[in-house]
Amino acid sequence: MKFADFITTGAIRAKLDATTKEAAIEELVGALLEAGEIDADQRDDIIASIMKREELGSTGIGRGVAVPHTKHPSVEKLVGTVGVSEEGVDFDSLDGERVQLFFLLISPPERPGDHLRALENISRQLRDETFCRFLKQSSKAEDIQQLLAEADDNQFVSG
Amino acid sequence: MSESLTRTVTVRDPLGLHMRPADLLVRTAGRYASQITIGKNGEMVDCKSILSLLTLGADHGCELSLEAAGPDAADALDRIEQLFESGFDDREAEQVEGVRPSADH
Repeated sequence: MKFADFITTGAIRAKLDATTKEAAIEELVGALLEAGEIDADQRDDIIASIMKREELGSTGIGRGVAVPHTKHPSVEKLVGTVGVSEEGVDFDSLDGERVQLFFLLISPPERPGDHLRALENISRQLRDETFCRFLKQSSKAEDIQQLLAEADDNQFVSG
Repeated sequence: MSESLTRTVTVRDPLGLHMRPADLLVRTAGRYASQITIGKNGEMVDCKSILSLLTLGADHGCELSLEAAGPDAADALDRIEQLFESGFDDREAEQVEGVRPSADH
């Protein structure tokens, strides 16, 4: 699976305003709403469900990266977006570091395999420190989109 | 240096080795001094790194090789195998988070 298969270009956000975990999640879910990927009347429920998942254990997986996510019956396919925070957000990460790079995923409950493939793709690409650093330094959504496209094109990893 | 021990484990979680079981696996492996790796098709990754575990994209039913080398390698493999056997259920999570390691089942 490639980024292009699940990241909505129009929902990518550089320079997130959020300074808290909940605000970051709200901002990114809001971006998916604006891009027409989720229904307005499902917004609050999706945010609540992502926050509930965070209570089970932070999705801040280290290296300044978090993958907040949830299953939600209102989506027909896996949808996701990317956000970058210049200052970083306290996300209760496993390694205690502030999170600068977010991959937010919402998947249909009956498609767990797609979620797993998205996690696999994100983690494989992030193993490349250059890719990870360039993403965090991005100040424009277009730059993030470009980096994701280059990653899809195997310009950062060999395998 | 002791020799490395190996074992095969199967992913029983219907959702595969997603983030929560991976997190639990990292926390469990982290309690042992041994070097622990896990993988398939010859691609072995650090069992103490969640980012590495997620790169496996291991689905339900997937068989993984588990390898440990170090002073507590056998204990580590026993405990990790138990985690896989239990399907990473919540009771296991509590035990791992708990103050003392329990052996009551």
